Amino acid sequence: MRIEKAREKKKDRKRNRLIFRTIILAVLVAAVVFALITNAKKDSTIYSVGDKAPDFQLQQINKNNDLETIRLSDFKGKGIMLNFWATYCKPCEIEMPYMEELYPQYKDKGIEIIAVSLDATEPVIHQFIDKYDLTFPIPHDSRSQVLDLYKIGPIPSTFFINPEGEIVEKVEGALTLERLEGYFKQILPDE
Amino acid sequence: MKKLKCECGHVNPEGTVLCEACGKPIEENQHIDGNDKTKLINMRYDGSARRSLTYNRSIIDKIWSFFSSVKVGVWLIVIALFASALGTIFPQQMYIPAEAVSRDPAIYYEAHFGILGKIYYQLGFYDLYSSWWYMILIALIGISLVICSIDRVVPLHRALKMQKPKRHETFINRQRLYSESTNVSNEEKQQVVKKLEKLRYKVRSDDGHILAEKGRFSRWGPYVNHIGLIIILIASLFRMTPWLYLDDYVWVREGQQVVIPGTDNKYYIKNKEFILEKYDEDDEQFKDALELIESRGGEVHKNYQTNVIIYKNVDADLPGAEPKLEKVLEDKVWMNNPLKFDGYTLYQSGYQQNEFSSMSFKIHKTNDSDQEALETFTIDLTAPETEYEFESGFRVVMDKYYPEYYLDDGEPRSESKYPKNPAFVIFVYPPQTDSPEINFIGIGKNIDATGENKYKLGIVDFETHFASGMTLRQDYTLPFFGLGALIFMIGVVQGMYWQHRRIWIHPKDKSILLAAHTNKNWFGIKKDIEKAISDTAIQMVIDQQEVEGNEKNKEGHNG
Repeated sequence: MRIEKAREKKKDRKRNRLIFRTIILAVLVAAVVFALITNAKKDSTIYSVGDKAPDFQLQQINKNNDLETIRLSDFKGKGIMLNFWATYCKPCEIEMPYMEELYPQYKDKGIEIIAVSLDATEPVIHQFIDKYDLTFPIPHDSRSQVLDLYKIGPIPSTFFINPEGEIVEKVEGALTLERLEGYFKQILPDE
Repeated sequence: MKKLKCECGHVNPEGTVLCEACGKPIEENQHIDGNDKTKLINMRYDGSARRSLTYNRSIIDKIWSFFSSVKVGVWLIVIALFASALGTIFPQQMYIPAEAVSRDPAIYYEAHFGILGKIYYQLGFYDLYSSWWYMILIALIGISLVICSIDRVVPLHRALKMQKPKRHETFINRQRLYSESTNVSNEEKQQVVKKLEKLRYKVRSDDGHILAEKGRFSRWGPYVNHIGLIIILIASLFRMTPWLYLDDYVWVREGQQVVIPGTDNKYYIKNKEFILEKYDEDDEQFKDALELIESRGGEVHKNYQTNVIIYKNVDADLPGAEPKLEKVLEDKVWMNNPLKFDGYTLYQSGYQQNEFSSMSFKIHKTNDSDQEALETFTIDLTAPETEYEFESGFRVVMDKYYPEYYLDDGEPRSESKYPKNPAFVIFVYPPQTDSPEINFIGIGKNIDATGENKYKLGIVDFETHFASGMTLRQDYTLPFFGLGALIFMIGVVQGMYWQHRRIWIHPKDKSILLAAHTNKNWFGIKKDIEKAISDTAIQMVIDQQEVEGNEKNKEGHNG
């Protein structure tokens, strides 16, 4: 009788210990998984490939273009090159002529270039537009709202967005003519 | 599971090295703590069974015993050290310089560091510290810390709780401090007990056997310490979440209104005025100190302050669109006095003075030695206009504007968008003319492109503004870090400044055995014993470890 009781007790203790260890391990594993997931998510506060491009609205200031306000979601169905630049940024200046060169031909195929200027004042932008005869829409982010939205670091930064509104490619640094054309082909809408 | 029955009648769990009740070494387990090779017994965890070493059957138990090993813990720390060092070979992704031709890590590393850079990129070391495997490594150290603690604190607690005054003779005579005395009277024994009590020992006795104990709680120091570390680890987990922690920086120029970064377009800040106060140089109190600092090329300011208005955007759904702003508050942010609003804290953390807000010019005749102003105009650099017309018929057009002018291979450019060194190409149309006279003008520069201009420009005046830099922080994790650090410190103090001292008095036939153990500060416990046994026939203890060491040394000499 006594032996049986002792055995029972031992069994209980063994089971309790197993439960205790399982709970502790489960809590620890949960904490690790939580840390990994939040860390992975942290990168996604900066929009990256595969994400929906967040919507925004800005005043368009290029006089060579007819649009007055630019709202990103209005361009659904078109491939969009969303470029962030400024007049004082040298690499931006290098890629601008390429963009202008390809713009007329790809505009007809359903691609729009939106080049958001991060400059402080308008006259410098107009100066720049005149220098390169730019014709694509240039919205002016004077309050740095879109800069904050897209978490833009150093410029130029360019997002290529497909007709469904998803980011297909994110390029940091200046583009060459060939690379630019390659990206355009990736975001061409279907005929 | 096998139980081990000691000759004193106590049944010990498997893996016990010293009987929980009487302390007699259990023959078959002496190898566990290495007692079989030494004269003295290892008192770690008082010889109680560490389960993980003896018992593992289910997968959970196997994982548990893996992590409970200090050896595994140390190796994890060594691996983490090595991995952390790897991340410093080349700059991490976030430190790729902004002026790099391509900041894409796929291109940058190979372009700058060749084949090694390519390997570095391919192995993913460019973002090592937030890579999943590095985080798992750190997490494993955390798990090892938790399990090691639990696995040791339980048996230790058990051992210390169960202590009986009556111990087996081998337990007593294999202690480091030990003596044997004869002809000790009962009165003398009582005298020792009294003295020990006076020294604030807790004395318990059983059948003539005495155990005096002091400072037991110091044994918990390391575990309290670990709890503190675990809380700090949890706090750093919290800090990774955007709801509990936010750290950002915003520059606002005087008069400017910008969105506060990190607030999802919800809050805007306007810089009404930035105030920089200096100490009065004529004040006797500060004069000497200020001169001293000045002679070393330094500067001390009395106050930095930004008068701000905080707005809330009630229509924050569409960034970029004209925000609908409601004033939240109007206040000042100044040195050591951050501004708090809606859970955010704004700190005054920097300023820049070298920006122009406006410049005033005059037009005068080139050949007028008095440079009498015919017309004056002001360009507002925060929102410059391009054309200025005057009733006298003069017309001025700002053709080019360089906010921060520099010459780049002979071509004028601007370094940034901030008006730190403004320069202009200005067309002056004299009355009744259509062809402009071209001027290039800036700070210290006034160039007539053709050399034939009849009118000349001059800078009359300018105004500067401050840019105020403010740190925005939202941190709900700080109290956790504080709590963790406090508990950590308590644990350190507990383990450092107190020692667990035990003295056993063991009657054997006609003699008295005296043994003592402490976890540190052997000198202190010897002093205690000296005091307690003074004026009695009890022999002072000898340090058996010292004796053993000396003997070994002698043997070495002889051999």
